[in-house]
Amino acid sequence: MIRHDILKSLIPVISDQLVVCNIGAPSQELFSLDDQPSNFYMLGTMGLSSSIGFGIALAQDKPVIAIDGDGSILTNMATLSTIANNPHDNFILLIIDNGSYGSTGDQPTYAGAKTSLAAVASACGCENVIEVCAEDTAGAVRSALEAGQMTVIVSKCESGNVKVPVIGMNPITIRERFMAEVAK
Amino acid sequence: MAKNMDRRIIGNFVENGVDFITSVPCKQLAGVIEVLDQTQEIKHVPSNKEDEGMGLCAGAYMGGMRPAIMMQNTALGVVVNTLATLIQFYQIPLPMLISYRGEVGEPVACQVEMALHTKAILNQMHIPTYHFHRPEDADELPGILNHTQMCRKPVAILTDASFWRAAT
Repeated sequence: MIRHDILKSLIPVISDQLVVCNIGAPSQELFSLDDQPSNFYMLGTMGLSSSIGFGIALAQDKPVIAIDGDGSILTNMATLSTIANNPHDNFILLIIDNGSYGSTGDQPTYAGAKTSLAAVASACGCENVIEVCAEDTAGAVRSALEAGQMTVIVSKCESGNVKVPVIGMNPITIRERFMAEVAK
Repeated sequence: MAKNMDRRIIGNFVENGVDFITSVPCKQLAGVIEVLDQTQEIKHVPSNKEDEGMGLCAGAYMGGMRPAIMMQNTALGVVVNTLATLIQFYQIPLPMLISYRGEVGEPVACQVEMALHTKAILNQMHIPTYHFHRPEDADELPGILNHTQMCRKPVAILTDASFWRAAT
């Protein structure tokens, strides 16, 4: 399974949840699969999906799922310590770890080699860290939502993208319709 | 040891409705951060790096809070992309209380290097910039904080060594 397959399997679980989605291919794939006002698409700023998602979670009580990638987590790895030390049980960080920089031509990341992001998250102090295979990802996210516990899920999958268009939506529209969903 | 100025600054943030602050520390901001940690009205979550902090602020804003960030001017070397592609692109109001190192009174020569670029970067990015050099300059803070919310932009408040030395 590649990222697109995981996102497709996640739709029934995350469609009505607040979702922050990583820059590039992940946001474009989610947008084309199931655009929702409750999705916040990152159009720029590599590495901050986890931090933005955590910021939303600490500000209000609804569950928030931040979909991040292994390359992005490596860019902003220290945020795992911020998340661990200020836990909020409405936060789920889903790291789709395909061992590559998918949006830039599938160059390998260190997470696909010796570096274990699950071990990093645990070492940072995150308490509920699970590593799952691609097929088990949707179930793991569903369980984390039901458990109501802050959870970091590292989903190991194959490298690859599906050809989908760039998101043309205005950033202010993305933010305003997302904030209307938060306020509902 | 916190000064009256530190209490006044945090008081202005509270009065403006700021209820979330992230910080990366600077010696000149130590008193403000000390008061911040005693202030129940504001949730303080320190960050490791200023671009991470701006991600937290963007999230807190979308979650319904009113964020601000405290940092050193050297961090402008870190956050240019985040300011442009997140804070400015999505129009998120963000007061930035910045310790302006490298101005007259600075003991560390290397700090002057980023001081030389500070206002140039802010100008280049079209970021409204206010420079507190004398204690009375802080009288403008409530107005600056209102202005930030009104225009939904990142706004820089530079506080230099002369300001902090003269502040009581």
